[in-house]
Amino acid sequence: MTATVSAPPMAAIQFRGLSKFFGTAETKVTALDNIELALPYGEMVLLVGPSGCGKTTLISIAAGLLNPSEGEVVVLGQNLTKMGANRKVRFRGENIGFVFQQYNLLPALSAVENACVPLLIAGWNRAKAIAKAAEILTAVGLGNRLKAFPSQLSGGQQQRVAIARALVHEPRLLVCDEPTAALDAASGRTVMQLIKQVAVQPDRAVVVVTHDSRVYDFGDKIVSMADGRVVEVLGKGQRPHE
Amino acid sequence: MNWVALRMLTGDRAKYLGIIFGVAFAALLMGQQLSIFCGLMRNTTSQIRDIEGADIWVMDQNVQFVDDVKPMSENELLRVRGVEGVSWAVRLYKGIGRARLDDGNFQQMILIGLDDATLVGAPRPDRIVHGELGDLRQPNAVFVDEFGWRYLFGKEPFQPGKTLEMNDKRAVIVGMCKCNPTFQTFPILYCTYSQAVQFLPQERKTLTFILAKGNDDLPKEQVCKAIEDQTGLRAQTNDQFFWTTIQYYMQRTGIPINFGITVMLGFVVGCAIAGQTFYLFTLENLKQWGALKAMGVSNLRLVGMILLQAVIVALIGYGLGIGGAALFGFVFQRAMTSTPPAFYFGWQILVGTAAAVVVISLAASLLSMRRVLFLEAGVVFR
Repeated sequence: MTATVSAPPMAAIQFRGLSKFFGTAETKVTALDNIELALPYGEMVLLVGPSGCGKTTLISIAAGLLNPSEGEVVVLGQNLTKMGANRKVRFRGENIGFVFQQYNLLPALSAVENACVPLLIAGWNRAKAIAKAAEILTAVGLGNRLKAFPSQLSGGQQQRVAIARALVHEPRLLVCDEPTAALDAASGRTVMQLIKQVAVQPDRAVVVVTHDSRVYDFGDKIVSMADGRVVEVLGKGQRPHE
Repeated sequence: MNWVALRMLTGDRAKYLGIIFGVAFAALLMGQQLSIFCGLMRNTTSQIRDIEGADIWVMDQNVQFVDDVKPMSENELLRVRGVEGVSWAVRLYKGIGRARLDDGNFQQMILIGLDDATLVGAPRPDRIVHGELGDLRQPNAVFVDEFGWRYLFGKEPFQPGKTLEMNDKRAVIVGMCKCNPTFQTFPILYCTYSQAVQFLPQERKTLTFILAKGNDDLPKEQVCKAIEDQTGLRAQTNDQFFWTTIQYYMQRTGIPINFGITVMLGFVVGCAIAGQTFYLFTLENLKQWGALKAMGVSNLRLVGMILLQAVIVALIGYGLGIGGAALFGFVFQRAMTSTPPAFYFGWQILVGTAAAVVVISLAASLLSMRRVLFLEAGVVFR
């Protein structure tokens, strides 16, 4: 079944007839099957569904990390399918922030140094980048842990550093992959509240891949997936069928 | 981003030191072994470098290196003098003599007999430590080299008048000079040609080399060619004879192979330690590299970051290794007071070792680079 969602006038991400296959011939696996979906600005969209349903593949394509086998993806008005590899790297650096399940902080860098990495990638001067990162870390409640190394922080604190890192360069799209999976319930809620509070802006799209039904309440929209297809798109307060 | 690369490198102290150790060990082993090898090779030519004043060595056609003595007839000297382009030519004896020491022991000596009239081939005045060169014209007089004196008389300060017995003749030490270390490590005795032939068992021919000087307006090689054409002898410039001797030892002895094996071993061990540690280091940070890639770091920049890490490791490792090799040479030369050291730490060794370290670091970083370049940025979501 293919679920089609009518695109709002200003969609941050549009998937048009998007399919992704891995392997060939007998080993061919369909990861995504003819996805038609539009995700708006100013909302937190949760991508939910069982393991292997294609959620991560979908956000990898949206973030320009994977190329689709068929169809198109338009992100922030740019057709990624037609974009060259180098331009895509620049596009990611300028427009997309990432929050990973395992945080992926650089262990040799302190919290503030980790948070300033996207600014360094953009060519900022180190002192200015660190000052800006300190501001945003303070905003996420880690003003007193700026010089702590990842090994000295709890899981929740590390994820907050990762959120600060994802937002420091003010990207227009924030992609979060299972941001609460490695956290206890309380820390998970804190992190989701933080994302909702700091990241959701009228000119920014936030996509969160999650398994965690405890955080469904935070979503403005929930896209439920199964077997590489979008099964249903639900509004705020609605819950997908388990 | 260079700063991030450096922090990533130095963040894991154990691995960072492991990579540096690998490179430093390789540089030390290669630098030290090459220095000893070059020192030994240079020692084989010490007499060519020590016997100064002439441009050309003339010898029997079959001589292969400086210690390969094949005596010629005295007439050859006259024939060489008759060659056009030869300004002058003098006789030189070079051979091994046997001396009897005060304690009754026998000791082999390198005996160098200089032309009686001119003393061509004698050490330069600045290399004379005791005595005057003219003293060699006194009856039974010999000069001994510094190492030879220590070898024969230990820490006893130099004293003219010490005697040795050679071929039942008394040899009186009247002076001491500095000489380059020799391959055989025997003491060196300088004396006049006529004295030298008396210190040796009687032979029909005693002329081992002819030292000649070409006219200043002619290339030395041309004069050598003329000598060879007209006399049938072999004539070589100092440089040519130096390399002929080196080539002989390179081709006819196991020295290069033995040292070559150790140098190769240093290179391989360095490659293995540095390469494996660097590769493991990259492998462990693969997710971080993937995250950087996802966040917008281009492949070119990633290559730059890895190369920077390799350059830093190479520089520090090379510095430590080559410094260690130099320190070894310094201590070795000071510790060995009675034996001529075989340690030549020339610029060629610095450059050669640096080149090997560059190869080791490049190999190590290429392995890592391959993993990072072919890494899918999507790995960060797994």
